[in-house]
Amino acid sequence: MKFKSLIAAASIAALSAGSAWADAHMDKVKVGMITTLSGGGAGLGIDVRDGFMLAAKMAGNENLEVVVEDDQRKPDIAVQLADKMVQSEKVDVLTGIIWSNLAMAVVPAVTAQGKFYLSPNAGPSALAGKGCSPNYFNVSWQNDAFNEAAAMWANDNDVKNVFLMAPNYPAGQDMIAGFKRFYEGDIAAEVYTKLGQTDYAAEIAQMRASDADTIYFFLPGGMGISFMKQYAGSGVDKAVMGPAFSFDQGILGAIGDAALGVKNTSHWSKDIDNAANKTFVEEFQKEYGRLPSLYAAQGYDTANLLLSAMEKASVTDADAFRAALKEADFESVRGKFRFAENHHPIHDIFMREVVKEGDVVTNKIIGTAAADHQDAYGGDCKM
Amino acid sequence: MTTILLIEQILNGLQSGIMLFLMAAGLTLIFGVMGLINLAHGSLYMVGAFAAAAVAAATGSFALGLVAALIAAAAAGALIELVVIRRLYDRDHLDQVLATFALILVFSEGTRWLFGSFPLYLDVPAALSGPVTLPGGILYPAYRLLIIGVGLLIAVGLFALIARTRIGIQIRAGEADREMIAALGVDISKLYTLVFALGAALAGLAGAMVGAIQSVQVGMGEPVLILAFVVIVIGGIGSIKGALVGALLVGLTDTLGGVLLPLGFGAFMDQSAATSIGSALASMSIYILMAGVLLFKPTGLFGEG
Repeated sequence: MKFKSLIAAASIAALSAGSAWADAHMDKVKVGMITTLSGGGAGLGIDVRDGFMLAAKMAGNENLEVVVEDDQRKPDIAVQLADKMVQSEKVDVLTGIIWSNLAMAVVPAVTAQGKFYLSPNAGPSALAGKGCSPNYFNVSWQNDAFNEAAAMWANDNDVKNVFLMAPNYPAGQDMIAGFKRFYEGDIAAEVYTKLGQTDYAAEIAQMRASDADTIYFFLPGGMGISFMKQYAGSGVDKAVMGPAFSFDQGILGAIGDAALGVKNTSHWSKDIDNAANKTFVEEFQKEYGRLPSLYAAQGYDTANLLLSAMEKASVTDADAFRAALKEADFESVRGKFRFAENHHPIHDIFMREVVKEGDVVTNKIIGTAAADHQDAYGGDCKM
Repeated sequence: MTTILLIEQILNGLQSGIMLFLMAAGLTLIFGVMGLINLAHGSLYMVGAFAAAAVAAATGSFALGLVAALIAAAAAGALIELVVIRRLYDRDHLDQVLATFALILVFSEGTRWLFGSFPLYLDVPAALSGPVTLPGGILYPAYRLLIIGVGLLIAVGLFALIARTRIGIQIRAGEADREMIAALGVDISKLYTLVFALGAALAGLAGAMVGAIQSVQVGMGEPVLILAFVVIVIGGIGSIKGALVGALLVGLTDTLGGVLLPLGFGAFMDQSAATSIGSALASMSIYILMAGVLLFKPTGLFGEG
């Protein structure tokens, strides 16, 4: 008997919870986050998730519900998850994808089904130009942005001859193309390495033999760690530059002192002087016990953009909600932030330098590389 | 390209070949003696690197880290041999592949659970962190010379072990006829555990030594595992000598191919086209080498029928 009444009590509780949920659903926004939480690139996805969740927690908005799933960095799994979230979870907004190839597999399909997609990382050129969509908002950057800004900085700072290196895959070629679009000096060599290569002795020997004054490279994740450690041990003393991906907080700890002095471009740094950023850096450390990375900052901005739109419009009214997103009426941790016509950011890109603060290797801003930077593909976007 | 640069690249090729040998030696030993395809060999490499990074961070000593890598990888190897691998000797190769692939997943998630998702810090000892000047004015990182030295020492030790010791005789006998040496009173299951632990220790040592100049992260073993399989196919499955020759061939082809092919194409075509075609061909070079070897010697360079 006791058992039966327990069940009865539980089902009554469940029913009442269910009806309360139904009442509030008018303004509820359900977010499906597909991100990488296992495998080699898991650090990035975890940071995006943690940044997003921190903003959600700080806002305390009970109408925001988040479902998180792991895509394992595999496009097919990301597509399955997106289908599941749209069909059975009935989410209103999707976000979370880290990698360009996964974004290309998921974003066009979900925006075509009328769902919103907010990109917290990765901005393939196709989605900024011909493939742009009214329901797609990029809160991070277009892939070329950091490289274009680095090239502008190089022109202004007496960089005369560069050695370019990136992995031989579409994002690697895009990054180098972005740099070359604005760079005015000489190019000593342009080397494409194998994706996932771990030993760079051969390339470092070429760098030593070349007459370049600066090495510019894009090697995300473990590849960058390997290269920097080997470069430091080689005794080659040319300046090193690159986009922020290889010098992010999650990676610097593994490179250590070998990264000191490296210049890298980023739209965010923990020392950007504004109130939103100070709060973010402080709260993130308090919550998770580590320094935030730029991925965490992007996750945090994405959540705050969404929350700002929720204040203004109901997600059931897609046109009003889209207009509210477009306004970008939130305090971005990077400072100035607005959307261009193709729903990609117009923001400042900074030049940072890797320094040591006490025992911690981290980044410090040394100047603005490109003010109010906008991507080059907006002209192809017809929406 | 200058002679100095060429010599430096040859040294780089030797060094990467020697590291591959440490991986491939264990793999080929295990396959030769027990007939087992062990996909989890890359996980043992990762275990070595993580153990070295953790111990080096706690004690500040790289040498202690190396010792810890040897012990941890050998212990992990012995453990999986006793718990899982032992049940697979009589099974089909496909079952072995399936079970050892499962072990990769278990090791990867286990490591993530223990150490987190961010790469660990492991650096070369300060005394070896800079370059040394070799005869002819070649600047070469001291640590890489150490890797070449240690690898060659281990190769010599391994040959001595196989050719001159009682255990070596048993290992060779086990390769030839496992029922016969069991009938002669050798404890075959103990021998298998020992060989497996030895192979694991070599992989762990390679992981720790390479981890100091690369990235210590989950999944670091799998790319090396693929190369190690290429090495043992080229060298002949089960042959230590084949593993050494195969590893050096692969290391040199990989390194020199990446440098010389783009240069070679640059001689008769536009530089940017040469770079992309050369890089693409360089990625294929070791597989072309493997196909070429198999065409003329289907069992590998030192393989037996």
